Amino acid sequence: MTSRRDFIQKSAFATVGGMMIPNFLKAFERQNLGKNQTSEKVLVVIQLSGGNDGLNTVVPYRNDIYYKSRPSIAIPSEKVLKLNDEVGLNPAMESLRSLYDNGLVSVINNVGYPNPDRSHFRSMDIWQTASDSTDYLSTGWIGRYLDANCAGNCVPYRALEIDDTLSLSMKGEKVKALAVQDPEKLYKQITGDFMSKIAKNKPATEHDNVAYLYKTLAETASSAEYLHTRSKIYKSNSDYPQGELGQRLKTISELIVSGMPTSVYYVSISGFDTHFNQVNQQERLLKNYADSVNVFVNDLKKNNKFKDVAIMTFSEFGRRVKQNASGGTDHGTANNVFLIGENLKRPKVLNEAPKLADLDDGDLKFSMDFRQIYASLLQDWLKVNDKTILGKSFEGLGLL
Amino acid sequence: MLQKHIQHFYWRAGFGEPISVVRASEKLSAKQLFKKMLKESEVFKPIDIVDMKEIVAEMRQLREMKKEGSPLTPRGGIAVRENKKDFRKFRKEEQGTLNTTWIDLMTSEKGALREKMALFWHGHLVSRSFNPAFSQSYLNTLRENALGKFGDLLLAVSQEPSMLQFLNNKQNKKRSPNENFARELMELFTLGRGNYSERDIKEVARAFTGWDSDFKGEFVFRENQHDNGEKTIFDKTGNFKGEDVIKMILQKKETAHFITAKIYKYFVNENIDNQRVTELAKRFYKTDYDISDLLENIFTADWFYDEKNIGTHIKSPIELLVGLKRTLNFDFEEQQPNLYIQKVLGQVLLYPPNVAGWAGGRNWIDSSSLLFRMQLPALIFSGKESNISAPKDGDVNTEYQSKKRGFKANIDWESFTQNFASENTNPVEELSKYLLQVPVNEAFKQNIATKFQTNSEGTRRATLALMMLPEYQVC
Repeated sequence: MTSRRDFIQKSAFATVGGMMIPNFLKAFERQNLGKNQTSEKVLVVIQLSGGNDGLNTVVPYRNDIYYKSRPSIAIPSEKVLKLNDEVGLNPAMESLRSLYDNGLVSVINNVGYPNPDRSHFRSMDIWQTASDSTDYLSTGWIGRYLDANCAGNCVPYRALEIDDTLSLSMKGEKVKALAVQDPEKLYKQITGDFMSKIAKNKPATEHDNVAYLYKTLAETASSAEYLHTRSKIYKSNSDYPQGELGQRLKTISELIVSGMPTSVYYVSISGFDTHFNQVNQQERLLKNYADSVNVFVNDLKKNNKFKDVAIMTFSEFGRRVKQNASGGTDHGTANNVFLIGENLKRPKVLNEAPKLADLDDGDLKFSMDFRQIYASLLQDWLKVNDKTILGKSFEGLGLL
Repeated sequence: MLQKHIQHFYWRAGFGEPISVVRASEKLSAKQLFKKMLKESEVFKPIDIVDMKEIVAEMRQLREMKKEGSPLTPRGGIAVRENKKDFRKFRKEEQGTLNTTWIDLMTSEKGALREKMALFWHGHLVSRSFNPAFSQSYLNTLRENALGKFGDLLLAVSQEPSMLQFLNNKQNKKRSPNENFARELMELFTLGRGNYSERDIKEVARAFTGWDSDFKGEFVFRENQHDNGEKTIFDKTGNFKGEDVIKMILQKKETAHFITAKIYKYFVNENIDNQRVTELAKRFYKTDYDISDLLENIFTADWFYDEKNIGTHIKSPIELLVGLKRTLNFDFEEQQPNLYIQKVLGQVLLYPPNVAGWAGGRNWIDSSSLLFRMQLPALIFSGKESNISAPKDGDVNTEYQSKKRGFKANIDWESFTQNFASENTNPVEELSKYLLQVPVNEAFKQNIATKFQTNSEGTRRATLALMMLPEYQVC
């Protein structure tokens, strides 16, 4: 089989075309006028870094094994926010439950991949590149989505990561997304006296890599300028919770309502690596997550934009079923994924609860490959060919 | 030799040199240059900052405390918890110190060839461990064998506790073989895809059963875990052990070709010239995989100095950081910026992303990493704190890498700028010849030349301007 790795290695040598500095904006506006090759839909990905403990997030509150395995950290059943006869949410997630009650949330259990890896790095790699656990890819799944969707003129801000640095998930072969924590900060950075001079400079050499650096710089400059003008159109007055996630979702909402031609937004928060004293820390994080998402959803609703937005939340792995000796949990395998939106075909709890009596060396067995979810999002929501992007076909789930 | 060629050699074989060293090399031939650098790397001094005995003692203490109280009762639990926390914190600090100690070795004047080659091997024979003693031992093995025979290096790294753990050979036992090490050994470390079968992987895994390390971090062969049966590997049948497999892999010419091609991509040009690689590989094989000999063949060849090979390599974050430090001869007042810069730019020593190593080349560059790279000299010159947050990978054990305090650096501008002081000419011309390996736009250069005065402060500013150019990102 021609592996994707070979393919990627070969095309890594492809040359950069002519410089595309001027008229960048105009070219994009033109492209936008006739924009019909993809949907107008927006995907927001929220990454919980560190391995969120799924069993204390979506709690199997009727399962004795759960309570026996976690004598000091299990959530008492009377506190659980019940979703159905088997599972319920962590009590810190009251505001997510209200979204759930309105049919806006799908809970997908037992999501993972074959031969799970318990290293943060590696497992995150696998989720971000959508590779098998035996493959190593240097492009991410959203990056490849950008590649597949870019005929001729590609703009980095078709996908935005709200952060200072760019994740592997956002890097394609031909196009890389743009990382921007705050559009104003980026604008100032690149329009600084000297920086803007360099961006207008022309290299004296024909070397491919120097041309590539200048091209990246020029794209960054024009993207920053575009964002700068666009992001001013709408300023949200919703009251987002304190903290990184709330502020970043607020930025996303402002960009969406302002009409940014961005299909994917990516944001991550960390702190979920709860080896010690898990309960308080996780509840604080989950509360902040649920409250921030709730405000975000209502902000979009108010502006009649929520119908175009789907939010997926994942973590690189779940944690072991048994708690450890420090009131925490260690790295595990399968986990739950949340999908939030107005157009869900399968709201509520989508599949069976984790089978705690049928473990693999103390860890949950996965029953749903995470790439099935990606495939559904690509095909049903972003309306692109998921197979080109994921490298093979996965059974869709008809989520949206 | 031309200044450009001398610098080309120093950038690729090391991390660049101070202007004084470049100027002192003008009368040397390529062969003499290489011999000089090899000689400076002759002595291997192990890094010795982590004490394995201490770690073993602590681990034993933790185990015993755990035994006393049942793990889930709060009584024994709390004590273990506190101790474990301290222990982890200490280990993380050591891991960070190990990282910056290696950066220091790369930066110090002598021995750059050895450290550069060790860096290459770190990205090729990839391993990672949270135990600083294991990391130290693995790192020293890379450094010790970096310029010797590839076979010795491969065997030694394969027996490192870090590697045995990272690729699960500790779990590779007669009754339940684990193929992870066998697969990566052939796919990524030696032969490359397509040069072995799935059956070879299964059989090679059996040959490595019983390879383990003890609690002191010493390699042990566990006879009772080893599968003594007959194995068929590369169409040969016998009662092979791990050492035999390594020999058999080295006997295959594909291994020499695979390693040579990777070295060529790393040190010469990412676009491979197949004929040259084939010639180099032939000799590499004949010399029993002599790494120094291969490097000499590369660095003394005429084609290495061809225009198409100069200034085409995008500096890795380590090359960029160490290069800056060597060029301007400085240290940070605190060690933290060394870690923070690695983290922001995506290459943290001792934490390669996966067993395939860092992808390199254009993978280093995206809009945010490029902006940070361009602003880095300004940060260092001014000593101001960065306003960029380093990525958090969510792992409690690596959080320490992301802190961004303490950018102050002790740059001796007087000495540096004096090298470029001249009564008649503007220093910009000489500076750009030294700092950049590709030509830069004339108008832009003129602009800088007229803007800054020909004094020390002007030279300092011109240096900053040139280092901020995208052209500074290649060598």
